[in-house]
Amino acid sequence: MRTIIKPSRGISLPDFSELWEYRDLFYFLVLRDIKVRYKQTVLGGLWAIIQPFFTMVVFSLFFGKLAKVPSDGIPYPIFSYAALVPWTFFAQGLTNSSNSLVGSANLITKVYFPRIIIPLSSVVSGIIDFFIAFAVLIGIMFFYNIYPTINIVWLPLLLLLAFITSLGVGMWLSALNVEFRDVRYVVPFLIQIWLFATPIAYPSSLLPEPWRTIYGINPMVGVVEGFRWALLGTTTAPGPIIIVSSLVTLIILFTGIIYFNRMERTFADVV
Amino acid sequence: MSDVAIKADDLSKLYKIGERQQYRMLRETFYAFLKKVYRPELKKENSDFIWALKDVSFEIKQGEIVGIIGKNGAGKSTLLKILSRITPPTEGSAVLNGRVSSLLEIGIGFHPELTGRENIYLNGAILGMKKNEIKAKFDEIVDFAEIEKFIDTPIKYYSSGMYVRLAFAVAAHLNSEILLVDEVLAVGDIEFQKKCIGKMEKVAHEGNTILIVSHNMSNIKALCDKAILLEQGKIKIMGDVNTVINTYMSSYEPDKCKRIIMDDDYVSGEKQIKVKYVYLVNSALNRFSVYWLTPIDIMMEIEVYESINDVSFGVGIKTLDDIWVYFVHQDDNTGGRWHFNKGRYNISVRLKNNLKPGIYRLAIGAHHKHYLKNIFHIESIVLEILDYSPDGQIPKIYNPGITIGEAIWEEPERII
Repeated sequence: MRTIIKPSRGISLPDFSELWEYRDLFYFLVLRDIKVRYKQTVLGGLWAIIQPFFTMVVFSLFFGKLAKVPSDGIPYPIFSYAALVPWTFFAQGLTNSSNSLVGSANLITKVYFPRIIIPLSSVVSGIIDFFIAFAVLIGIMFFYNIYPTINIVWLPLLLLLAFITSLGVGMWLSALNVEFRDVRYVVPFLIQIWLFATPIAYPSSLLPEPWRTIYGINPMVGVVEGFRWALLGTTTAPGPIIIVSSLVTLIILFTGIIYFNRMERTFADVV
Repeated sequence: MSDVAIKADDLSKLYKIGERQQYRMLRETFYAFLKKVYRPELKKENSDFIWALKDVSFEIKQGEIVGIIGKNGAGKSTLLKILSRITPPTEGSAVLNGRVSSLLEIGIGFHPELTGRENIYLNGAILGMKKNEIKAKFDEIVDFAEIEKFIDTPIKYYSSGMYVRLAFAVAAHLNSEILLVDEVLAVGDIEFQKKCIGKMEKVAHEGNTILIVSHNMSNIKALCDKAILLEQGKIKIMGDVNTVINTYMSSYEPDKCKRIIMDDDYVSGEKQIKVKYVYLVNSALNRFSVYWLTPIDIMMEIEVYESINDVSFGVGIKTLDDIWVYFVHQDDNTGGRWHFNKGRYNISVRLKNNLKPGIYRLAIGAHHKHYLKNIFHIESIVLEILDYSPDGQIPKIYNPGITIGEAIWEEPERII
């Protein structure tokens, strides 16, 4: 093995073969995050349910019952919860990854490894929470006598879309957070705004075409409408939205990787 | 070329003064931007730059153990960080032939909630080991750390000794051809340190290359064949370890007084008297440290808030394992206590020092009447006894005990 050290300048892509070399580290970091989360909290895995569930209850009460927001003919609780499950995964991943680099300062300044592993593992470790919340979703669906459509086969891809969006934005924010510490105050605010900019409490069918498709510029629109379509059989065909969302997500991911990779070299000096 | 393990060519690292290890707030950047736009004449007042490392070139052959020495800020850690790929050089390049591991700190990534077992895997992976490698060496690591019984206990319940042993055990089992080590030998008790040094020597005999940064001259002397002396980011001398250490020692500036500002959080007691500062009058290396066998001259600046009688001051030394080496009171022999009026005072005391080189805690306190009440008590001051002196004498630190024993021997006398 041979290591060459030289000043790094310009734009470059990450070294994917090296990333593969460090897969065990990735695995143990994910394992750590998951274990620590369930060991440290009294309610452990229950948190995975509490957050989306109670948001759903509040939404159902105020938006569903009082404001009478339409819900594409689906009972409002299930309509909002089906969107809150992928949303929570996305929002958690984004929060965790944004703070991940600063939180791992002791690692970054003491040992070398591809830094991208840090935001990556912090998004991935949210997957357990997602599955727990998802199991509850299936339970509620059965309670309302709603059964998944055949389109459920697309669900993994939609989850991937949520994952990549979370990672892409997370890479931007985590790298920015190293440089500018006030980013951490921006993140909760950003997530709050983003929640209402995404059709979680309301359906995207409120918008006429072509605006609905353009709405897909917010990648979470594609994810959320995709989830409803695949699970609940909503009639809004989300195809065009998902395509737009996927394109935007790929742009975010690609620029995120470039920016992260560019800033990566200075992390240890600044963090 | 194949027998060269590390080759550095003109490695240089530029840091902006003040920017080093500092992040910015968006607000500041925003103001800086406005300033640039509205007052372009200020543009040139950019902050100064400093070369933490400048044109450092060297070659290390396979199987060599090389020590890097130099004062604080000489660029030792920067060099190690560049070679570890933690930070890139500004200029120059380096080639490392072989699998590299760096050990700038032990126990990196240890999580208190996780068990010893889980932390071994996590820490091993962070140091670059593969899962199967860790698995294969797992028993050996546990054995080395002497923590079999507690392997499935969360490490937040470990004693500090156990923690250090576990951390070191993982590090000691790194299987790499090039090992970059920074000052990590300065932890743990002497017995365990010896074990670690032994392990490192064994690693070196297996043909591995080690680059080690240390303030501990006797460790450097014991382990290394060669050394590099850095001064202000440049190589001053490189070569035989004894020559380099001698050059280093002879270049010392006169010692300076070192002051510690006491933070109230670390002081217990009733606090009618407050300690403002504690000075080590004869500190070496501009740290809270003295050379071995050199008396420790302490001065404390105190503030007395109200008149107080019958005060007895005390000073003592504790090991890091919380064992008292001694504690003495000012009135131990004379019985004469002090009284103070409101005001500020300096209290000076000289401690005889036959401590073995290492890290200790300095304790100071003041007591009221028969030691029943503490006026204040501080144990948090870290005092280092250096393992060399300006005249180049290095003690035999491997004799057992906390202090350096003194004995007067006479020639054998034949009786039959």
